[in-house]
Amino acid sequence: MFSNLMAWIEQRLPLMDAMNKHAAQYPAPKNFNFWYVFGILASVVLVNQLLTGVWLTMNYEPSGDGAFASVEYIMRDVDYGWLLRYMHSTGASAFFIVVYMHMFRGMMYGSYQKPRELLWLFGMLIFLVLMAEAFMGYLLPWGNMSYWGAQVIISIFGAIPVIGDDLTLWIRGDYVISGATLNRFFALHVIALPLVLVVLVFLHILALHEVGSNNPDGTNIKKPKGSVPPEEQSKFAFHEQYTKKYDIVDAIPFHPYYTVKDLVAVVIFLIVFCAVMFFAPEGGGYFIEAPNFEPANSLKTPEHIAPVWYFGPFYTILRIIPDKLLGAIGMFGAIIALFMLPWCDRGVVKSLRYRCTAHTVNLIQFAICFIILGVLGTLPATPLNNMIGTIATFGYFGFFVAIWIYSKNEKTKPVPERVTG
Amino acid sequence: MSNAPVNNGRRRFLTAATSVVGGVGVVGVAVPFIGSWNPSARAKAAGAPVEVNVSKIEPGQLIRAEWRGKPVYVVRRTEEILAELSTHDGQLKDPQSEVPQQPVYATNEYRSIKPEFLVALGVCTHLGCAPTHHKGDFDQHVDGVKDGFFCPCHGSKFDMAGRVFQSVPAPTNLMIPEHSFPTEDTLLIGVSGGEA
Repeated sequence: MFSNLMAWIEQRLPLMDAMNKHAAQYPAPKNFNFWYVFGILASVVLVNQLLTGVWLTMNYEPSGDGAFASVEYIMRDVDYGWLLRYMHSTGASAFFIVVYMHMFRGMMYGSYQKPRELLWLFGMLIFLVLMAEAFMGYLLPWGNMSYWGAQVIISIFGAIPVIGDDLTLWIRGDYVISGATLNRFFALHVIALPLVLVVLVFLHILALHEVGSNNPDGTNIKKPKGSVPPEEQSKFAFHEQYTKKYDIVDAIPFHPYYTVKDLVAVVIFLIVFCAVMFFAPEGGGYFIEAPNFEPANSLKTPEHIAPVWYFGPFYTILRIIPDKLLGAIGMFGAIIALFMLPWCDRGVVKSLRYRCTAHTVNLIQFAICFIILGVLGTLPATPLNNMIGTIATFGYFGFFVAIWIYSKNEKTKPVPERVTG
Repeated sequence: MSNAPVNNGRRRFLTAATSVVGGVGVVGVAVPFIGSWNPSARAKAAGAPVEVNVSKIEPGQLIRAEWRGKPVYVVRRTEEILAELSTHDGQLKDPQSEVPQQPVYATNEYRSIKPEFLVALGVCTHLGCAPTHHKGDFDQHVDGVKDGFFCPCHGSKFDMAGRVFQSVPAPTNLMIPEHSFPTEDTLLIGVSGGEA
């Protein structure tokens, strides 16, 4: 009876086939390590954000007069409202933590290199939409830091010559940030951008499964058809989409092997997530900043405007450059540089395990500079901080220049034919 | 498809014509979507001029008026403050106010209609924060200058004519809004006087 129903559906919409292709018969390299759990974690957080977000809109009031009070109402009067809000606000920070780790994984193992450039570009677009999503979401509680943070970010567009002032007026829909701005940000935050985000995530996964997953050795697990003796091929059954053209080695099906592994990561992640959510939901003032407990006030700037921590690196680059337009160019340039990474890196060896020492050094200095920029973004702009920030900015952009230079004639170690561990 | 002969020229023309008409349609449909983001009639009405009574401002005091939701600083400058303005031209980005950040009638050494009253938007020209007024203790930021404005966001510095100092992120002097004095004691922010 049930199998008849399944067959009836399968003939009309090949659901089981799609499940097999993308999970139960998807060949995943057998040597995935710790760094390969963050894609799944990002999906978990995405589901959390969508679900809690929908529930929050049920009590949130998107208007200049009502927004702040409605958030307080959610926190105090709505049953479990505090929990839903903290799941959402902690989720925002968690999203960036896992996405930054996910991106760094890609950088370490060369997962952006040919043939995965488009996969990387979709990922970067997701990152960009995520930043827009986080920025607009942060205005919605209509606290004073929400307000002034938005003021600073929208003003960046004022740096564009000629059209800048009209553009900022158009974005705000008023001479200052007002209820009109809040309402349009709400619309984008809850409808437009989530739709775009979900479509991009879908494309990201499709693009991944088309070219196949990279691995910590950066080897290719798809060998030309007929080149591998049967006893050396992977013993598992994979979808004919993959076996038709290739002999698969060193692979295991994504499900159940990696779903089970990822489940462990999800459990550990959720333990940490809940610890933060229940015991430090404000993240020590970094996840929800102190001035945001005051309603938005267009006449009173908080003493020290700091963006939420995840914008810190880009914000520091913006403000250490003592020129408004160049600062804005520097900030957006930092993101564009990441977009261009597949073409900055001219190397053919993917994993840092087999690349030159300079690459490892370069990657480490990039990570350190990124963290320093992030920390500085939350601190006041003193002359010393600006000096450190300038050095770290050079380190950030220097990464892309250096990789372009040494990757041309790089002295690499021999890459093994098969994965090593 | 049939084996009927294909007139490629006509097919290309029809494809192009359809694309052009369709493109015009897309642009037309985009107009209301983009236009609806402009300030509404209500927002524009709320941007009407604001009147301030300046007779009650103490010498050296700063009061904040609100115009179009932005803070407007009105400072009654003392002789001492006015005298200090000419001492640090070398440290400023635009001492002569050449960038049009003020109406023509305020393009002078005090950037004001009456030297006594500075009327400036309290909005940093860097990223729009509200600079803090430092009265007598501005020399912690600029040596030898006792009064000025310091932006707490990114450390931009302005003197008591709203002129920006060098080596700070703010690109231009503080904006002087259109304003006028219809009577001796009233300041009207948002409109220029007819006779001024």
